[in-house]
Parts: sequence; C-alpha cells; structure tokens
Amino acid sequence: MPKSVVSYVLLMLCVLPAFLSTTSHAKVVHKEKSLYRNILVEDEGDLRCLKFNVRSNESQQSCFLKSAPKTLVFNYTKLLMSGLLFNHEPKRVLIVGLGGGTMSNTLTQLFPNAKIDNIEIDDAVIKVARRYFGFVENDNIGTFSQDGRIFIKRALLKKQSYDWIILDAFNGDYIPEHLLTKEFLQETKQLLSDNGILTANTFSLSQLYAHESATYKSVFGDFYQVVHQKNSNRIILAAKNNANFNLVNSTQLNHLQKQLKPYNVDIKHIFSNISYTKNNQDWPENTRILTDQFSPANLLNSH
Amino acid sequence: MTTRASQNNYQNYFVYMLAFTSGFCIMGVELLAGRILAPFFGSSVHIWGSIITVFMLSLSLGYLLGGKLSTHSASLQHYGTIFIIAALMLLPIASMSQWLMEIIFLAIEDSRYGSLVASMALFFIPTIFLGMLSPYSVRLLVTSSHESGQVAGKLYFVSTLGSALGTIITSFYLVLWFDINHIIYSFCSLLACLGLFAVLLGKSNQQNSMEASHA
Repeated sequence: MPKSVVSYVLLMLCVLPAFLSTTSHAKVVHKEKSLYRNILVEDEGDLRCLKFNVRSNESQQSCFLKSAPKTLVFNYTKLLMSGLLFNHEPKRVLIVGLGGGTMSNTLTQLFPNAKIDNIEIDDAVIKVARRYFGFVENDNIGTFSQDGRIFIKRALLKKQSYDWIILDAFNGDYIPEHLLTKEFLQETKQLLSDNGILTANTFSLSQLYAHESATYKSVFGDFYQVVHQKNSNRIILAAKNNANFNLVNSTQLNHLQKQLKPYNVDIKHIFSNISYTKNNQDWPENTRILTDQFSPANLLNSH
Repeated sequence: MTTRASQNNYQNYFVYMLAFTSGFCIMGVELLAGRILAPFFGSSVHIWGSIITVFMLSLSLGYLLGGKLSTHSASLQHYGTIFIIAALMLLPIASMSQWLMEIIFLAIEDSRYGSLVASMALFFIPTIFLGMLSPYSVRLLVTSSHESGQVAGKLYFVSTLGSALGTIITSFYLVLWFDINHIIYSFCSLLACLGLFAVLLGKSNQQNSMEASHA
C-alpha cells in the first residue's frame, strides 16, 4: 500500500506541473462557441488539452501528449479501464461522451475487432476531436451526434446490446440530469449483454454522492467502485447480472497489465483500489433515489 | 353605497390574486416541461425551442379567445369556470405524459419534431385556458374607459410578477423537494380551488345585488 501511494504521488508530481502552468503559458490552438459550450484547444509544450467553458484546469476534458499519444494523461480515463477487470475482451462498446476521443482510440488499439459506438451531443466536439486529437474512425467505429438517453432508447428498440457501456457525459460544470435517473439506468441496464458491464465516470464529493449511489444500487444491486478522492472522481462499475460479476483471474490480470502498460495504466494498482458496496455502503440507507420525477442533480452537486 | 364599493374593492384584489396565480402556474409548468420531455427528447436547445413556441402560440390564442369571451355577459362565475377547466386540462401532463411521449417517440425519429409534437399534445390546450384569464381579468376590473390602460398595466404587472416568481421558486426549490407530478397536481389543485372560490363568490355577489335591487 505505501508503495502504491508513493507511485501515485510521483505520478501526480510528473503530471501536475504541466497542468498548473497551463493558464499562464498555454497557446490557444482553437477556440469556438458551440451550441452547448465554449470549446478551447490549448497547447502547453507537449501537452494538448481540450477545455470547456473557462480557462481553468477544472474544465479540462481531455488531454494527450503529442510525443506519446497513447499515454493516458487523466486519472479518470485510466480508472475507466477498470471495466476490463470484469470483461477483458469486450466486443461491442458504447461510449457516451466523446471528449477528445481518447477512450475510443485506446480501445480500438487494444481490441481492433471490437465495434465501438461513440455518442456525443455536441457536433463541434466531434469535429474538434477529429481535427486536433487524432480521433480515429473506421468501419468498426461509429460516431453519433445525439443525446445519450435518446440513443440508448433507440438502440433498445433496434434490439442492440453492448458488452461495455462507458458513461462519461458529466463535466464539472453541468450534469445532464436525465442521465442520472433510475429510469435511465434501467434503460442502460437493458442495453447491456448478459456479461455486460457499465462503467460511469462520476462524482465522489457533494450530496450527489449518496443520491447517485442509492440510485445505482436500486437498479443494479451492489456495485464496485474506484474512488479517486483527490480529483473528486469516482468510477462506478455495475453489471447486468451480479452473478456474472467476476473479476479477472491472475493470468488475465497479468496479461492486462502488460497490455495496458503502454497507456500508462497500472491496472494492478487500480485492481487493488476497487471496493464493493456490499460490505461497505457509505451512504445513508434512506437516501432518496433520483428519478425522472426527481433529479435536481446540479442543485445537489452544489451543496 | 360604501359597502358596494368596498365589496368591489375586495373582488378586485381577488381577481388580481387569481391573475397572479395563473401567471405563477404558467411559468411553473413551462419550466417543468423541460424536465418532462428530457427522458424522451433530450435536453438540447431545440427542446426549449419547442416548449417556448408552444407556450407562446397557445397564450396568444388564449388572449384572443379570452378577450372574445369577455364580451358576453362577463362574470366572476365564468372567470372561475375557466380556472377550473384549466386545472383539469393540466392534469394529463402528470397522468398521461408517459404513454403519450412514448407513442410520439416511436412515431417520430427526429427529436426536434418529436419534442414539438409532444409539447403540443401536453401543453397547448391547458395554456390556452390559462392565457384566456388575462384579458378576462381586465374585463372584470375595468369600470370606465379612462382607467382601462392603468388597469391593464396593473394586471400585466401582477401576472408577470407571478410568472417571475413561478419560474424561480419552481426551479430553485420545488424541484429540489418534490416530484414533478406532485408539483403539477399542486398547481391543478390551487387553480381549481381558486376557481371554485371565484364561482361561489360570483354567485353570492349576484344574489346580493339581486336582493339589493329588490329592496
């Protein structure tokens, strides 16, 4: 444990200075006002970042090192890889929230035969991902400019299913409240294949933590999570069938570790940080569930 | 004579209060409309385009119809009846919206037109009735032509103030405490109760004035 802490601190020390100095020295490569937000692409030396709304570090959505585009810069993108601990060979992947397309690029390199669908509500973000972030598209990769909830509803009507659904639609400033409700999670659960898993990049601070946890539990039962307190990120891992909720064995874990190394992901470290809600539920039992009728997520997030 | 005047005064306050409440409910419902449509049509800017279009359209028709209606034996009873009808027309927003939106979602692929049709189906009719109340209020309040502008101004002031409060209270607090359907049902009950009260008050006024004329 101390060793992993040290490696974490070292990692932060390597990456943080680059972030902290972006406001002062960053060069704006692209700037645009889209229907939904202000989009900013900035270069800071080797680091290129996509930012929404303001020029602060909190609003960074996606970053990559131009000299090493494979390297995952953000902790939460690395943590999202935890989905592979349960389903190490996903064949159909749905990513809600494109950002710079980092997730899609990484997954298609890891699994060239996997079908990947990217959903992004903002057309301008898709264009920016293509132009400035080397977002790769081919026959196996689909990109749809649509609201995530509508896409999922329509996909259900077409009887589609996914082995892995990655929910990454929340930025720090605004939460689409219809993507946090019990009804939405039920629809998402239906869209999962029998071994399917949902990983959601969400929050670990504020009142919303308890409400969100209670909502996930009401739909999926107990779930796994990886929390990164420092960045107030957490990744929720929820399975279609809790009976199929099996972690990889040690051989598979070793293989994953090797596979993910070029991406700067220490999957064994993530593995050691995963917790299960069954034994340690850390929110009050009577927490109100978020529904389509009651979902003041943004108000709760500010408390 | 003085009792008559003070009675009119009370009645005017009551009409202003009702106009305030209808303004409050119109904007409260309009604000909730975004939340109601989001699960089926998303929360993009075109959702608001659909909602605002439908509300403006139905209000404009409501003004026209309310003004027309006020030329035929305007009374507090009729005024109260419009409130009650509006309350009843608002009910389906809570009770029927799910299956209505489901049908529309299945029938229309483009979420712009889907949200427009859904807004029409849910909000068009109740908002027409709520819109009728403004010109009808003016008719009940105006007694001479030289004060008509002032009365209309006061009425717009009161009902638009109601709208402002309806917007902020719904979005800041009500959604944090209650289910959407509960808020809608509360608006319905409020409008229906006030409408009923207006009808009863109108009846007793009528009786009083009949007794007065007999005397």
